[in-house]
Amino acid sequence: MAETITLSVARYRPEEEAEPTVQTYEVPYRKDWVVLDALNYIKDQLDGSLSFRWSCRMGVCGSCGMTVNGEPKLTCAVFLSDYLPGPIRVEPLQYFPIVRDLVVDISDFLEKLQKVKPWIILKEEKPLSEGEYRQTPDQLDTYKQFSMCINCMLCYAACPIYGLEPGFVGPAAIALAQRYNLDSRDMGAQERLDILSQKGGIWDCTFVGECTKVCPENVDPAGAIQQYKLAGAAHWFKSLLLPWGAK
Amino acid sequence: MSSDVHYTLHHPKWYRRRVSVWWWLQKRSYAQFVLRELTSVFVAFFAVVSLWQLHALGEGPEAYAHFMARLKSPLFLALHGVTFLFVLFHSITWFNLAPTAIVVRLRGKRVPDFVIAGMNYLVWLVASAAVAWLLLRG
Repeated sequence: MAETITLSVARYRPEEEAEPTVQTYEVPYRKDWVVLDALNYIKDQLDGSLSFRWSCRMGVCGSCGMTVNGEPKLTCAVFLSDYLPGPIRVEPLQYFPIVRDLVVDISDFLEKLQKVKPWIILKEEKPLSEGEYRQTPDQLDTYKQFSMCINCMLCYAACPIYGLEPGFVGPAAIALAQRYNLDSRDMGAQERLDILSQKGGIWDCTFVGECTKVCPENVDPAGAIQQYKLAGAAHWFKSLLLPWGAK
Repeated sequence: MSSDVHYTLHHPKWYRRRVSVWWWLQKRSYAQFVLRELTSVFVAFFAVVSLWQLHALGEGPEAYAHFMARLKSPLFLALHGVTFLFVLFHSITWFNLAPTAIVVRLRGKRVPDFVIAGMNYLVWLVASAAVAWLLLRG
């Protein structure tokens, strides 16, 4: 069994270099180490200047998404042993501007997420005396899968459409819009459809399907977008046949 | 430190990577996707040939016979062979993807994917059998 493993890490120090370079590090190989552990070892023991994002170490916060051997991964969820004998290539998430080393600028995603109104929209609030908005387990089940998104953006890094059409709202944001559309308490489906029927919305997706494959939470954003398209098309047909009753 | 890079403290210089024209060759699944998109050209070709056939039928028996004779040329036979393969690829990949788009709930439970895909294949089979019966019964 190898005692060390090589990590080829993408570096980008805007004050020193015009484009990213690669730096290799030898780290101890431990069976129970994930790639993030190795990065933390580098940061603590070998090179304190390496920058990367991480927080929870347990697949909940969605901060440590990076490209590992060409695939978007949560670095806290992939083991060094998955990549034996190495070397392991660690790069920042694709398609996002690189701020430094493995840190990307995520403001584009945050803006798009806000644009699709991912919150419960009520036309009018019930009075408190009527109690809570209740849901049956079946009603919860219709949207629960899409609510598991942790905003890790691996799906954006896997989506060539997002790379080619930076205006595309993208998989996670649309999946989250669909999460609220399917919520029995929500009344904002029409508002979201108006936004997502435009350029950059659901019709920009050509169903490559990679977003679903890389999702660490099994959210199935590709499914959400296709189901959204189906609902959008049905709505369009309805408004064509019954122009007075659609809105 | 290279001289052409200027670093200002509060305005970081982001690096944006250009997407290669060959992005679709980077992964097998991307190539498969592009191939699936490409099949639409052949689906369109077949549709045009079918419309052309209908047109020839309307022009009378002589025009139709001429059209059918042209279809038997090696070029058309080869084109139809390739078209058949692409249309097959188109149909199979499409049916396999159908469960992702179509969510049917029965008594609160989502109908499993293989049932949705299976229904698509079943309709395809029945439609193909009906067409084969129409064409081959004589």
